[in-house]
Amino acid sequence: MTRFAASIAFALLTLCAGASAASAMTIEQIVSPSGIHAWLVREHAVPLVSLNYAFHGGSTQDDALKAGTAHFTADMLDEGAGDLDSKAYHSRLEQHAIEIGFQVGRDYFRGSLRTLNEHRDEAFDLLRIALTSPHFDADALERVRGQELAELRRETTNPNELASRSWWSTAFPGHPYGRESSGTLETMPRITADDLRDYVHRVFARKELTVSIVGDIDAETAGKLIDRAFAGLPANNNLKPVPTATPSNLGRRIVIDVNVPQAVVNFGGQGIARHDPDFMTAYIVNHILGGGSFSSRLYREVREKRGLAYGVSDQLVWFRRAAVVIGGTATRGDRTADALKVIESEIKRMAESGPTPAELDEAKAFIKGSYALSLDTSSKIAAQLTQIQIDDLGADYIQRRNSLIDAVTIEDAKRVAKRLYGGGLLVTVAGRPKGLTSGTE
Amino acid sequence: MIFRRDVVLTAAAAIAAALATPVFADEAANKVADFTLSNGLELIVIPDHRAPVITHMIWYKVGAADETPGKSGLAHFLEHLMFKGTAEHPAGQFSQVVARIGGQENAFTSSDYTAFFQRVPSEQLKTVMEFEADRMTGLQLTDDVVLPERDVILEEQNQRVRNNPPARLGEQIDAALFLNSPYGKPVIGWRHEMEGLTRDDAIGFYRRFYGPNNAAVVIAGDVDPQAALKLAEDTYGKVERRNAIMPRHRPQEPPPVAVRSLTLADPRVEEPSLQRDYLVPSFKTAAKGESEALEVLAHILGSGSNSRLYISLVVDQKLAVSAGSWYDSTAVDLSKFDVFGAPRPGVALPQLEAAIDAVIAQVADKGVTPEELTRSKTKLIADAVYAHDSQASMARWYGAAIATGATVGDVEHWPDRIRAVTAEQVQQAARQWLDKRRSVTGYLIKDTSPQVEKRS
Repeated sequence: MTRFAASIAFALLTLCAGASAASAMTIEQIVSPSGIHAWLVREHAVPLVSLNYAFHGGSTQDDALKAGTAHFTADMLDEGAGDLDSKAYHSRLEQHAIEIGFQVGRDYFRGSLRTLNEHRDEAFDLLRIALTSPHFDADALERVRGQELAELRRETTNPNELASRSWWSTAFPGHPYGRESSGTLETMPRITADDLRDYVHRVFARKELTVSIVGDIDAETAGKLIDRAFAGLPANNNLKPVPTATPSNLGRRIVIDVNVPQAVVNFGGQGIARHDPDFMTAYIVNHILGGGSFSSRLYREVREKRGLAYGVSDQLVWFRRAAVVIGGTATRGDRTADALKVIESEIKRMAESGPTPAELDEAKAFIKGSYALSLDTSSKIAAQLTQIQIDDLGADYIQRRNSLIDAVTIEDAKRVAKRLYGGGLLVTVAGRPKGLTSGTE
Repeated sequence: MIFRRDVVLTAAAAIAAALATPVFADEAANKVADFTLSNGLELIVIPDHRAPVITHMIWYKVGAADETPGKSGLAHFLEHLMFKGTAEHPAGQFSQVVARIGGQENAFTSSDYTAFFQRVPSEQLKTVMEFEADRMTGLQLTDDVVLPERDVILEEQNQRVRNNPPARLGEQIDAALFLNSPYGKPVIGWRHEMEGLTRDDAIGFYRRFYGPNNAAVVIAGDVDPQAALKLAEDTYGKVERRNAIMPRHRPQEPPPVAVRSLTLADPRVEEPSLQRDYLVPSFKTAAKGESEALEVLAHILGSGSNSRLYISLVVDQKLAVSAGSWYDSTAVDLSKFDVFGAPRPGVALPQLEAAIDAVIAQVADKGVTPEELTRSKTKLIADAVYAHDSQASMARWYGAAIATGATVGDVEHWPDRIRAVTAEQVQQAARQWLDKRRSVTGYLIKDTSPQVEKRS
């Protein structure tokens, strides 16, 4: 026991070391010759460049009848562009080991690029043509559509997908946040090449473009590369506004019948916006209840003590116009009701009494110390820089983060626990849970 | 956590390249060091001074293939139980210390190894080594923790396998492919055997296989090799060697002689698919150059949008929505070469299978082009450079290689061996190893028979 105490003391003393790993990183705010702003972190140890960027306007820009348009566009950008057809484009990427990826979320279209230094001009050229002159040839369009429809058909019997889709569509009925970005079996067949072109023209612009670059590169070269990819884009985007929303149907439970041995449960409610002064407190309190470590209350009660599930966790999810807290677990049908009861009672207990001072201290220590580990590769750093820019937290956020965490008091934690978990839950269950039916509390 | 061999393996190949690729600054300072302590523990240090963090892993050279018949799932069950405390440190203490310092931890099991890791600030290296050395021999288990954890692994099996038709097919193919090798058993176990695993089974397995002379410690990150060696001697060095650990001589496969095929029907299958696995050499069992030729072959045949299978079946003939292949070089015994495809609506699985056979036959008969060879080798070697950007990937790749019988030198020279692969060797690999008599082909289809409702 003595040894344990000593370890803890040692640990606390050196926490700052972990944090300094992150804060030692220097973010340079650069402007390209054409006027595009970007954040740069120089990293000389590995001869590569990682680019991460985002355009405002993700699946929220889809027409409801053509849900999946943004997602479909992302899957089509490398299927022929500029003077290269699909095969030639892919071949060029592989010849130079260039990795280019596109990803659609609700609010943003995000992209990443990774290249060895020696091929960086080629890499940024390939990115430029994908963003500015994608072909959307009929042949490739039907091939990729076929792949997406196959995936959507697979999902119709996948309990994870069923529980998740039901949760989001019930929480945000009629709102773009209620739709999965991958669309549906009904909407995907309606989407045309013109729809993809329309999305590209409305979203890919220098306005509301966020760029982060990490690698063995100086500011001048980085600026030139950024221009190589993005300078040719139109100045302005043309986005549909997205209304502010709060999750509805809290207090409801929906059971979706699917014949699987293990039922999948999603639960969640109103979250806290990223710019809300209580956000960091909420983040810490949520870590204590059901964050991803082996020490959360849900993990201990559901898994460790009762063996009800392999995994259980919850997290804060924030958008520009809404915020939720959402979690999940999966458990055999004859014990799903037990697992749900334990989860609901832990959430209620957290809302009523908040965390203990010891839990708060431990969570703060973890959240401060683990940040450095989340910034351990060039690609992860670049993605995090984009997130910090999107969330408008400022280039000094990494330096300020520890003091924001330290400032959270136990009173704050108790107040925010009530705010976060006191508002009722929407629960969706996909499977054959014994004794559970759809209904309202 | 649990990994099937195949998941870990492909990456292991890529691993090696990074260090041997002569593009890194300060190469001498970053040289991988390899030590063996007097109690038999191997220590590998991969210096990476970019940030003051380290990845510390211990790899026990024991996995699901070392289980006694009738006790499938035991290696993985023990992996879970290793978090349940020792005489020195009650349950939860190790995890609590790791969490307090903002560290990450986890563990995973394959057919050949069981590994535990922590990622922490480099100053904490000694702390995690002390804890890890303590649980190498100090584990204490009671039914109070063993029985709920058995329910946890049963839920894990539900999640990974029973709820997942493609995973069910994979289990059936492995069981049919390996006639005699314990690789035919799922790492997670057969459910009826998992349900009967006990505290005594776990402790017996632990005493038999966990010890310094059956383990390798891999440390990647901000540490000097000599300093790491000193810490290892002060912690792991105090643990006595277990004398009874025997070399891994598992039952070996007879020469495969029959083309095998199977069909799994499941009511949840909305998209049929096929998967074929060939029995092929691993790096450990292969003749010189053979395993590397299989890696290049797997890449040309089925990795990504430029591959033969994708171009032929998905793009040109429009028979499939997906198609590809991969090869797993990391195994103590024989390994697998996997080919897969999912048909377009209206295309029958036998039609797709015939088209796959034709693509493979063409490589075997006509070989590959110089352009394909160069492009694939470039990509394989570049992936290794990218890997160098992640200390956790580096630790995992070295560890998996060492735990399946390769050496640090084997890993370091991997790019040279890939560069040396010729078009003739790739063609020869296709001819020799992609012989259907060495394979099992599995069809996954929808079960349309009326489902009997069980009422309770």
